[in-house]
Amino acid sequence: MHPNATGANASTFEQFLSQHLERDLLRFTTAGSVDDGKSTLIGRLLYDSKAIYEDQVQSIRQSALNRSTGPMDFSLLTDGLRAEREQGITIDVAYRYFTTARRKFIIADTPGHEQYTRNMATGASTADAAVVLVDARKGVLPQSRRHATIAALLGIPYIIAAVNKMDLIDYSEEMFRRLEGDLEELALQISPSGAQIIQCIPISALEGENVVTRSTKIPWYAGPSLLEYLEEIPIADASSPEALRFPVQYVIRPDDSFRGFAGQIIAGSVRPGDRVVALPSKQTTRVRSIVTFDGPLPLAGTGSSVTLQLEDELDLSRGDLLVSEAGLPNIARRFAANVVWLHATPLDVKKRWVMRQATDELRVQATKIRSRIDVNTMERPLAPQLGLNDIGIVEFEATRNLSFDLYSQNRNSGSFILIDPLTNATVGAGMISENLDKANRRAERELSDARSEAMFQEDISHAASVAVSERARRSGHHPGAVWLGARQSLAAPLERTLFEAGFHVVVIDDAQNPGEWSEGLVRGLYSAGMIVLYSPKYTREKEKHHLTSAIQPDRILDVDSLNQEVGDAFLLQKIVAWVEGLRIARPEEGR
Amino acid sequence: MTQYLYEEECDELPAFSVEGLPSVPRLSHLEMLEAESIHIFREAAASFAAPVMLYSIGKDSSVLLRLAQKAFYPGKIPFPLLHVDTGYKFPEMIEFRDRYVKEIGAELIVHKNQQALDDGATPFALGTQKCCGLLKTRSLLDALEEGGFDAALGGARRDEEKSRAKERIYSFRDAAGQWDPRNQRPELWNYYNGKLDKGEHIRIFPLSNWTELDVWLYIYKENIPIVPLYFAKEREVVVRGGSILLTQGPIPLLPGEKAERRSVRMRSLGCVPCTGAIASHADTLPKIIEEMFGFRRSERENRTIDHDQEGSMEMKKREGYF
Ligand SMILES: Nc1nc2c(ncn2[C@@H]2O[C@H](COP(=O)(O)OP(=O)(O)OP(=O)(O)O)[C@@H](O)[C@H]2O)c(=O)[nH]1
Ligand SMILES: [Mg+2]
Repeated sequence: MHPNATGANASTFEQFLSQHLERDLLRFTTAGSVDDGKSTLIGRLLYDSKAIYEDQVQSIRQSALNRSTGPMDFSLLTDGLRAEREQGITIDVAYRYFTTARRKFIIADTPGHEQYTRNMATGASTADAAVVLVDARKGVLPQSRRHATIAALLGIPYIIAAVNKMDLIDYSEEMFRRLEGDLEELALQISPSGAQIIQCIPISALEGENVVTRSTKIPWYAGPSLLEYLEEIPIADASSPEALRFPVQYVIRPDDSFRGFAGQIIAGSVRPGDRVVALPSKQTTRVRSIVTFDGPLPLAGTGSSVTLQLEDELDLSRGDLLVSEAGLPNIARRFAANVVWLHATPLDVKKRWVMRQATDELRVQATKIRSRIDVNTMERPLAPQLGLNDIGIVEFEATRNLSFDLYSQNRNSGSFILIDPLTNATVGAGMISENLDKANRRAERELSDARSEAMFQEDISHAASVAVSERARRSGHHPGAVWLGARQSLAAPLERTLFEAGFHVVVIDDAQNPGEWSEGLVRGLYSAGMIVLYSPKYTREKEKHHLTSAIQPDRILDVDSLNQEVGDAFLLQKIVAWVEGLRIARPEEGR
Repeated sequence: MTQYLYEEECDELPAFSVEGLPSVPRLSHLEMLEAESIHIFREAAASFAAPVMLYSIGKDSSVLLRLAQKAFYPGKIPFPLLHVDTGYKFPEMIEFRDRYVKEIGAELIVHKNQQALDDGATPFALGTQKCCGLLKTRSLLDALEEGGFDAALGGARRDEEKSRAKERIYSFRDAAGQWDPRNQRPELWNYYNGKLDKGEHIRIFPLSNWTELDVWLYIYKENIPIVPLYFAKEREVVVRGGSILLTQGPIPLLPGEKAERRSVRMRSLGCVPCTGAIASHADTLPKIIEEMFGFRRSERENRTIDHDQEGSMEMKKREGYF
């Protein structure tokens, strides 16, 4: 069942071992409305890639509960609870593990039923990718939109839309294209959060079409199978340099001679000798050593669970945060967040909740509910409260400062859960989108005062003239340009989408003076740090190069060079993704 | 030096500079699992008044124990180990337990439901369901209550069985020790809600995301001691109803049965009467791992208790089984 069995002689075994360990890991989740076929799909995926033991297959073949129209009900492979089998629905998320020659997968098969949205959010919160299913006969339902929205808010970067049960519509291309259009629209609606629907695949989970291998029954679809797609998705590189975030989890103090701060690095890396700032106290010290059971480390990166010994005797405890001196997080009492509400007791502005954020725990109160998403229309009307399964934007105030990053920058230090202090239930999940405190500037100035002479000198050098990089730091992105070419219809939606996503963006065209562009204007906008969208009404191809010559080649995207077969929505997704690549990590965003 | 040139716009602290930073190698799959498990151990130690770690002496427990050592190094494991001894464990397991726990300096509590044993509880007399109910589940709940423990860490993995695949890392148990799979706490990101009222407790599974293969690879990589029964050796066995049972301990031969010698090993360790061996020549870790790739059947298949009837694991878990 595993392709990589080797002989047991030592060196080939070591080879096999290192090969096996090098394989990367993709966590993905299913999403979609009830009965769209999520569990059947996962069962099929596991079965067709031979990741199921024979005794498990046997017990399902023999099971009296086959609700499918095929010889075996694949959903029984993941619907592991008695109530699930009896009711024929998934109630709670099932985690399954499998490996192909390319990579390892952790699958979270989540329930579609609205009542169990909290369990879907559980499974999706750690995913790198989501497969959103729709039933080909039913199309995009409110619950499909709810799940897609939650997946996008949770920061899942890749969303694959799978149109399932194609067997029931005779693998009709026409019907698929119609659904694809609806999905494009959904893609647009969730795109401000940066998620992208990367592909729309026609499948039949029951018959195994386009699941593991490409379908022969769908000749009009030329793309890869679902598994092929999942094997190709790029995994976010956690090792890219970032500022350190080390939440103190536990203090290890076996005797008076040792005092270590245990925790998991959630961003950046650390080396002995590094200067670090402890928050909230803002004391500065150096890392003396990185202690582990396997010996001291010269370097530890994101994801590692380590113990840090510091040079100075700082009185730190659980909930404190160690960060790099350059690259401080937000420190604030008031913030706004996207919230998914998980409990029947509603979120309103009166109650106090216990908030867990990184390893910190504090009390918060909602001060304002800005909006609630209506999953039927995807509009965001004002709302007095958030009820069970609602999604909205909420402003909060904590009883003291907390240190955080925006969720878009760090999934760990920008997320939180809310607990009802009376019932102990986990009632809400939040993703911080904004720092609402201005008052903390003073506190940061204090810290600035404490910075070293060397950094002071560096600051002075900034005074000379404002560099492009400084502007970029302020706006959060590099300047860039997009040549829309024949796709001028994208200008307005693109400008809107990018603007909403926080970009400084402007459309310029040659409609007033046909064929005439002011080169000075372009240069000016570009060096002011803007994203410039050229919408050429008259300009011909050969003048394009002249106009864009002022711009670095990797900062301009020529839409004419992209695949013109795809629809507007998908193209827009691609452009937005490219522009997203111009973002820079900004330590002080959100004020 | 108090005058800052950008006094008025101090939002602009110097951005984090990436120059001169060493590149950090990405964690391997096993390293990721290890880091996650250590994180869970530390959460448990930080959030509960009286945690305990269930130690069942099997391969998963061996890995669990090593991870606990790592989580609190250079300190000691800040909670005791609890072995729920049914009285029917393989003698080699008990021997291994006592030697190893002493060697690493951990604190061990052994709990037996002596009353039930005195009353003659055996799987032959009661059937496996009932026997397990008394000697494992009841015994465990009693031990937790006696010790006043509010959290019990265990080595269960989601890939073992399909109702386990549904379990949270922090699994809430009500005052009667029962699991309600329809009403589990949401568990987003790596936030574990361990808040409790009196009498309730949490079962914690740091190995949730490990597979059987991960466990073996880790044992190999870390050189973790395991009970010798996992390695193939010629042993005295009797074949009964398709299972290969070791004849040591309390297994009376039935009329007409004959003991024979075969090269066998255990894939999973439980009680002598209810855990079958597999025919195997794998007497080293690489051979065991290689053998795993050929397995077409699940590891719990050799445990009678798990498939008495459809959904039996879930039923036992609801009642409080680990
Ligand atoms: N004809 C056909 N039926 C399918 C297909 N996929 C799933 N089904 C059937 O659709 C029904 C629901 O399938 P499930 O896999 O349980 O759906 P689900 O999305 O997991 O449902 P929840 O988890 O409860 O939200 C079952 O009867 C399946 O047999 C398919 O591709 N074709
Ligand atoms: Mg399902």
